[in-house]
Amino acid sequence: MHETAAPAVVHGPPTTFLSKHVFSLDHKVIGLQYYTLALVAVVTGMVLSWLMRIHLGWSSAAIPGLQVLSPNGAPGGVMTPEYYLQLMTMHATIMVFFVLTTAPFAAFGNYFLPIQVGAEDMPFPHFNMMSFWTTFTAFLILVAAFFVPDGPPLSGWTAYAPLSAIGKNAGPGEGTGQVLWAAALGVFCIGQLLGSLNFISTVLDMRTKGMTLARLPVTCWAWFITSCMGLTAFAVLMPATILLILDHVAGTSFFIASGLVLNDQLVPHSGGSTLLWQHLFWFFGHPEVYIAIVPGMGIVTHVLVTNMRRPMLSMKAILYSMWALAFLSYMVYGHHMFVSGMNPFSSLVFSFPTLMITIPSTVVVLIWIGSLYGSKLRINTASLFALGFISMFVSGGVSGFFLAQPSIDIMLHATYFVVGHFHMVMGVAAMFGIFSGTYFWFPKMTGHMMNETIGKIHFWLTFVGTYCIFMPFHYLGWAGNVRRYAAFTDDFLKPLIPVHQFITVAAIFTGAVQLLFIYNLIYSRFRGPAAPANPWEGTSLEWAMPSPPPWNNFGGHDPIVYHDADQYGVKTASGADYIMQNSPEQALGTAEGD
Amino acid sequence: MGKLLAVTIIIIAIASAVPFVMHTWEPPADVSTHGGLIDEQMADTMIEAGVSFLAAQILLGLFIWQFSKPRTDSKVKTFPGGAKGLVIAAIVLVGVEVLALGAFGSKAWAAVYFTPPAADAMPVQVQAGQFAFYFRYPGPDGKFGPLHPEMINEGNQNLFGLDPEHDVESRDDVVTAEMAIPVNKEVHLLMHAKDVSHSFYVPALRIHQDFVPGLDLSLHFTATKVGTYEIVCSQLCGLGHYNMRAYLKVLSQQDFDEWMKKEQAAQ
Repeated sequence: MHETAAPAVVHGPPTTFLSKHVFSLDHKVIGLQYYTLALVAVVTGMVLSWLMRIHLGWSSAAIPGLQVLSPNGAPGGVMTPEYYLQLMTMHATIMVFFVLTTAPFAAFGNYFLPIQVGAEDMPFPHFNMMSFWTTFTAFLILVAAFFVPDGPPLSGWTAYAPLSAIGKNAGPGEGTGQVLWAAALGVFCIGQLLGSLNFISTVLDMRTKGMTLARLPVTCWAWFITSCMGLTAFAVLMPATILLILDHVAGTSFFIASGLVLNDQLVPHSGGSTLLWQHLFWFFGHPEVYIAIVPGMGIVTHVLVTNMRRPMLSMKAILYSMWALAFLSYMVYGHHMFVSGMNPFSSLVFSFPTLMITIPSTVVVLIWIGSLYGSKLRINTASLFALGFISMFVSGGVSGFFLAQPSIDIMLHATYFVVGHFHMVMGVAAMFGIFSGTYFWFPKMTGHMMNETIGKIHFWLTFVGTYCIFMPFHYLGWAGNVRRYAAFTDDFLKPLIPVHQFITVAAIFTGAVQLLFIYNLIYSRFRGPAAPANPWEGTSLEWAMPSPPPWNNFGGHDPIVYHDADQYGVKTASGADYIMQNSPEQALGTAEGD
Repeated sequence: MGKLLAVTIIIIAIASAVPFVMHTWEPPADVSTHGGLIDEQMADTMIEAGVSFLAAQILLGLFIWQFSKPRTDSKVKTFPGGAKGLVIAAIVLVGVEVLALGAFGSKAWAAVYFTPPAADAMPVQVQAGQFAFYFRYPGPDGKFGPLHPEMINEGNQNLFGLDPEHDVESRDDVVTAEMAIPVNKEVHLLMHAKDVSHSFYVPALRIHQDFVPGLDLSLHFTATKVGTYEIVCSQLCGLGHYNMRAYLKVLSQQDFDEWMKKEQAAQ
């Protein structure tokens, strides 16, 4: 196996406030900056979802103060249908890009990838800094859409053309708001491309002595695989957003067909393709789902293996499965387009690989569950969220059986069944991965332990609450409840409104519970007991340094690695049941017994 | 606390499955000739997905229950058969399961999309625009007149952009805001969008197809039960999306002929 020694010095210590906390080259600071951005974004996205949920439960209810935020969007506090769609678009865009991509991949990856491979930093710290500030700029551009005259776009996070391409006559927010949206995503892609390049070269070139590829902790593999997906997926989304902007500002017609009529006027465009946008968007969009979830799978595996006190039944099976998911994710994007009007034969071609995704997903779940057997499972907040992740991943995964089939998609396409499916598997499961990672790594990142009691209350209320929100989505979709409706006026939808009201109450409750988490973050950051270097008795290199780590991680020394990160459940001379990766100690045997 | 989690997971899993088992919320009853295949496919998939869901959650719960007990000994055990058995089970069992689902499901899909409409199917054109569906019947000559998008004018009620002055075929075309069809008669639906993407979703008829600006698409189906059904738009099309719908009246042949006469008179 190829071995590479890390270069001695990537950059010097920070000398000023700016270079330490703002324009920092330190991957750890950049990781925390990403985490903070994700935290701001998730709170924004959650408040938007509250507003939407209130409107869906009680569509004529006035929401106090909303008229101040948007006098046109909510006159007298009652949301207009278009404002509902605008909030929905922003909720989804913020959550998918600035939370689900940013936190598990960019935040934790930045912080822990260089440490876990035994490096002092990433190979291109300036690119890394740029990647965060580019992403931050993208967030500002996106949020700016709230403050332009017509508000944010209403075309959804999928921004299907030509609604998103024609311009302001197509609907409120479809002028400047939509251009800002496209620009934000384009800029976001640049940030992610820079990040992905750094992650890939960190794994390939920065591993310390003895850190062979086979000895990499599973999280490193998860971030590496995600980077490979990011590099190809964002490279497709970026040009797509540029083409969309050109349709707005340069009079081009990439996505606008001939002969369209709006307000009795012929739209002055011709020759474009409606489906081109969908192909470009979903070629990015499906891998994006895995970009959101694969890091979570890595984090959960890492947290579980530490808390089960035994190695996974087969770490290789998990790694190969993650690779298989990444590979298949490019062959299945057409399942979003079964009834889109593309050739119906293509639907079958896309259906089979989609169904095949069940196989690697099942392998991973069975390895997780099978590894629990005979383990010495430690229950703490991090492991609770990791176990909750498995439950959510299964719940969100099985609905994929339905949506992978074009014939069933005839009934379920664009219904709440789809909304329930992706919220569970890429929303809630990914969030559980983020929570698990936070409770697990917080002591390392801050030098303080988090409050476990508040953490466990947070887990229980969130676990039950999210099921109460998202399981009923499936029932609604099963009954044909179309998504993206600002109100339910159809005869067959009216009887479903009480279910929506139940979901709204559950969503407000579960959202409010997250204040406990934020309180815990802030309280523990300042008042939490001091964290030891290795509070969970882990084996990987982040536990081989003080909490929090110094600016140059290993204090100027290159660690030497002797084992893989799965040395749990072993017999040692000291009586410990684990051996750290940088310890030359050899196991005396496994603790296998009856 | 591990035991509590185990019990919670199992209770949530069973409670989640109850509404599906009890059929608490169901799609509207099927009134199409092809819908039976889709319903069957949904029921079969529900059984397979339901069993996988319950088995995985219950197994997860049981192992958490059993192995989260604090133990003083240092022994760990390995799942009988190790990873190999599980990986093979996942590949073989799940692989066969999903491929079988896919193969059978293809039949239902083919029934809708891979069969041409019957030669005597009744053509109906539907145009979707922000935020209404309009329908056109070819009239006694059996031919649709050509469309002139530039002539679309809602003020004049020229909803399709017809030019009866110059186009003979357009003169007897019947344009309506609701759709009526005879029961047990195959309908050949010709779809186009006026402005942005929309969708034609009739849950009771088990049909769902997007309108794609720039593309002419078609669907064919046969309704088997007299009644009134909702056609809703399921593709986000703008601020009035939630309210974009039309009614589909399935009538006896006699009632349909009368309806058509009335509509012709109203043109």
